[in-house]
Amino acid sequence: MAHPNDRVYSKEHEWVVIDGDIATIGISDFAQDQLGEVVYVDLPSAGDSLSAGETFGEIESVKSVSELYAPISGEIVEVNDGLGDTPETVNSDPHGDGWMIKVRVADAAEADALMSAEEYDDFVAQG
Amino acid sequence: MSEVHDTELKRTPLYEEHLALGARMVPFAGYDMPVQYAGIIEEHKAVRAKAGIFDVSHMAEFRVFGFGTFDFLQHALSNDLSRISELGTAQYTLLLDEDGHIVDDLIVYHSGDLEYLIIANASNHAADFEFLSAQLPDDVEFVDESERTALIALQGPEAVRIITELCADGWEAPARFTMKEAVLDGAVPVLIARTGYTGEDGVEIVCGAANAAVVWRLLLSFAEVTPCGLGARDTLRLEMGYHLYGNDMDRTIDPISAGLGWVVPKDKGAFVGSAAVARIRETGPERKLVHLVVDGGIPRPGFPVLHGDTEVGKVASGTFSPTLSTGIATAYVPAELASVGMQFTVAIRAKTAEATVVKAPFVSSTSLSGS
Repeated sequence: MAHPNDRVYSKEHEWVVIDGDIATIGISDFAQDQLGEVVYVDLPSAGDSLSAGETFGEIESVKSVSELYAPISGEIVEVNDGLGDTPETVNSDPHGDGWMIKVRVADAAEADALMSAEEYDDFVAQG
Repeated sequence: MSEVHDTELKRTPLYEEHLALGARMVPFAGYDMPVQYAGIIEEHKAVRAKAGIFDVSHMAEFRVFGFGTFDFLQHALSNDLSRISELGTAQYTLLLDEDGHIVDDLIVYHSGDLEYLIIANASNHAADFEFLSAQLPDDVEFVDESERTALIALQGPEAVRIITELCADGWEAPARFTMKEAVLDGAVPVLIARTGYTGEDGVEIVCGAANAAVVWRLLLSFAEVTPCGLGARDTLRLEMGYHLYGNDMDRTIDPISAGLGWVVPKDKGAFVGSAAVARIRETGPERKLVHLVVDGGIPRPGFPVLHGDTEVGKVASGTFSPTLSTGIATAYVPAELASVGMQFTVAIRAKTAEATVVKAPFVSSTSLSGS
């Protein structure tokens, strides 16, 4: 499973794509596969602040619940409300339409601590 | 969830088949079992729309025979065995203790003259064997056939057509809650029971353990058949309001509280637990099992159930209903609150979800009426 190299990844299986000062965050293909069919995504609201390492929501499948961990800090500027109606988009397009939140980045250097696609693939392969 | 397959867990004869299909395996009742293959929701929908197969070989099969069998089982089990006096017929029944508490729920099949076949929960295999053995009279033989027996469920609107195609020309499927012999593909002797735990029409195929893989692959040769795991088994049965031992009942629960009074006839004469159940019937149970549609999250076993601000119970069974796209659950609540339409809330981690009492089943069957 090769993850796209246009983004960076956290140990908690979130990805981050930064464009200017806006970061888009979602969960990786590996994560959605582990979860199974997603039935609920619990996300924060635009205006909430995000703190790297803290939980910002929950994602639930029939058999499991996982917390979503902020890979970077910032202020949430947009939330993917569509996931309320079609949570399964997280499974079918985890790196695209399955995005979860957009954040105005507080400190771009935080992304340096995250893994490249290659590093993340190795991390996942090690189990 | 660990990827390492625990070598202390038992395996059914179909273990290698599950691995070959890429199943996600989990421990269940001491067995290494498939919880899902393609995905729980996909498998669930396949059963409601077409057909699915389930490896349920972990369940226990007991054969009881001899001249004293009818009297023995009529006394040891709750339901009225005389209702299945016709050979091949079957009934749902309970194994109760003297306090009227549920030891297990089972299906008993009148499999032959002076003989009955009991299929019981894997989780209660040892308990059932000990409980029944302790009461055994001299003129009854009780054999645990589980090790040499495999059990595969084929369920869904296409199931009966599929099994009929696999049998010899002229073979017709038995009626609901009836079992008969068959030979699959001209070679494999099996028992076909028209019973199941999904709410759809279908059969449970009893065969020798050595033939389990052959039967499994014969069924999979049909494009309409989807392999299904324990995850879908749970969502399917809960949509129908079927009980799961260990969640909806245990050794502290009586049939009246559990909503299973219909399995304990009042006019059968004395049997194990009958006096205790009669007392509970007379005074009325303090708590009753209700079925809840939950809006705003997935209720899971153990989550608190509140009436107003007061916790009055906990979720017994809970899951996501793929058919309704909402949470569904059961819970024991005070009997005076156990009416259709009553509102509760379920605490789901940090939030609360609205829950409303409905009459089971949550969902109508696609292929069975009035189930």
